[in-house]
Amino acid sequence: MFSNLKRQNRLPGFGLTIGYTLLYSSLILLIPLTALMLKSAATPWTELAATLTHPRVSSALRLTFGASFLAALINTLFGSIIAWSLVRYRFFGSRFFDAIVDLPFAMPTAVSGIALMAIYGPNGPVGSFLLPWGIQTSISFLGVLIALLFIGLPFVVRTMQPAIEELDAEMEQAAASLGASRWQTFTKVTFPSILPAMITGFTLAFARSLGEYGSVVYMSGNLPNKTEIISLVISNKIEESDIAGASAVAMVLLLATFASLMLVQGIQWIANKKTGRA
Amino acid sequence: MSVEIKNISKSFGSFTALKDVNLRIETGELISLLGPSGSGKTTLLRIIAGMDIPDSNPGSQILFFDEDVVSMPVGKRHVGFVFQHYALFKHMTVFDNIAFGLRVRPRDKRPSKKEIQDRVRELLRLIQLEGFGDRFPTQLSGGQRQRVALARALAIEPRVLLLDEPFGALDAKVRQSLRQWLRRLHDELNTTTVLVTHDQEEALEVSDRVVVMNQAKIEQVGSPEQVFHNPTSEFVIDFLGNVNVFRGRVQDGKATWGAAREERGEESRGADASDSAKIYVRPHELAVDRNKLSDESIAARVQRINLAGAQAKVILSTAQYEEIRVDLPMERFQHLRLVPGDAVFVQPTNTRIFVPDYSI
Repeated sequence: MFSNLKRQNRLPGFGLTIGYTLLYSSLILLIPLTALMLKSAATPWTELAATLTHPRVSSALRLTFGASFLAALINTLFGSIIAWSLVRYRFFGSRFFDAIVDLPFAMPTAVSGIALMAIYGPNGPVGSFLLPWGIQTSISFLGVLIALLFIGLPFVVRTMQPAIEELDAEMEQAAASLGASRWQTFTKVTFPSILPAMITGFTLAFARSLGEYGSVVYMSGNLPNKTEIISLVISNKIEESDIAGASAVAMVLLLATFASLMLVQGIQWIANKKTGRA
Repeated sequence: MSVEIKNISKSFGSFTALKDVNLRIETGELISLLGPSGSGKTTLLRIIAGMDIPDSNPGSQILFFDEDVVSMPVGKRHVGFVFQHYALFKHMTVFDNIAFGLRVRPRDKRPSKKEIQDRVRELLRLIQLEGFGDRFPTQLSGGQRQRVALARALAIEPRVLLLDEPFGALDAKVRQSLRQWLRRLHDELNTTTVLVTHDQEEALEVSDRVVVMNQAKIEQVGSPEQVFHNPTSEFVIDFLGNVNVFRGRVQDGKATWGAAREERGEESRGADASDSAKIYVRPHELAVDRNKLSDESIAARVQRINLAGAQAKVILSTAQYEEIRVDLPMERFQHLRLVPGDAVFVQPTNTRIFVPDYSI
């Protein structure tokens, strides 16, 4: 089959580029991941179960998954609105806002963490303002959530923008001419058209949040069993030379991230099949 | 249903899309809005549909059966609108697309599931796409998609069917057959149809009446024969098919083109500008002979011959290097045995003369 492909392909360099792609992705992606799997597979099941059910680990897992899910959900809602405004309206400073959305992508995560602490920390303007009302914006679940909202936003906005740009204004006009109200037009025509992009944005933000470290560790305060996130648990385990335990936890994260990305692929495959972009 | 447009204007910023347009569309007729892009034909259609709102001038009205609908939103007007690029709902099947207009009705007016199903089936049969109900729009060809768009518009039993260059995105062959099909459908359903097109052949072929538009105004309204054979303006004759334009002179209400043309020298140019006129002659309204038959004949040389078609298309070139297009019946062409380079004489059998600000 390969020789067949090679004969038919008029573009030179097929062998070289495909070889390079396979080698590079093996070195960078596949081999480390395989090593991780082998490492955790070497650990007996009982030990694995013990590690994962340890209160400190299970609490960190619950916190990380819960906060990531919630943050991705909130970001999907508000990120969609931001993407909608940026695409549909030209307002003063819209280009500036468009550029600023990328900041969480570009900023070193530790810098983001410090910046967030400066605002939402106990001495920050927002943090100190809300504290007397009993709202603790750092060293709490809310703190973790805020940090994850920050880093997840660009994933949603950047996935939604092309989908909204692609929306066909005539499709909405057609719906209106057929007697649909504005709300019906939105729920039956507009929303289903951007839903695949929304789910993709959600999943990307979620997957990213699971493994986030730098920006969250400051805001979380790392109280064991309370605000300690899973990435920190892993790094603590490594520092304590508990490599087996660390890789067991890492395995869970890896599988969750992998499952999320598979979900994205699946959604896109279905969406493409329907709208014929495949 | 009759539609009457009274004193409608529309401008987008400084651009005037429509300027004081009046038009009456009769019940049951298929009328075409024909014009080049930017002539305002699509704007007029969208104003009828309610997708664009006309400038609010006193006296401007849009009447559907004598009911003023100017301030009525598009959804309430009960019009079927078909877009050039189909605008089908991509995430819905063909069936759901067609059923859309019925399903979004308020609960008390919504047909039952069974009724919707029957209606969609019937429409699928009408557009000859039975068995395609489960497909998605992307799995259809362009012509099929446009038929689905038409069925979707027809599902709500529109009072008037509005088509915005419906076949513009399709290739020539499909366009031709769909055009015939549309005409049959129109007659079968007994609807009132407004078709926007920039394709004069399409407009002349399917319509009961043609509205020729140019620069935000209606140039002429008439049956296809009327606008083709009795155009009332230079624009109309120029836009509807090929035409040769000659400079000539008008004397005593009579145009002279041949001799007058040739003697027109540098010294006489501009001297009698008030008499100058444009003479329009269609390619099939020219007679070609090897001999000079009358004073009106002009000498010319055969430059190119194209025999692909029912008529021989001959391009002549005069001593002044002006090109004249002539369509000759095949028998005539074979009789003359023309070859490129031959010297011939050409004279019009029918002319239309337009003097600036004055037409005969």
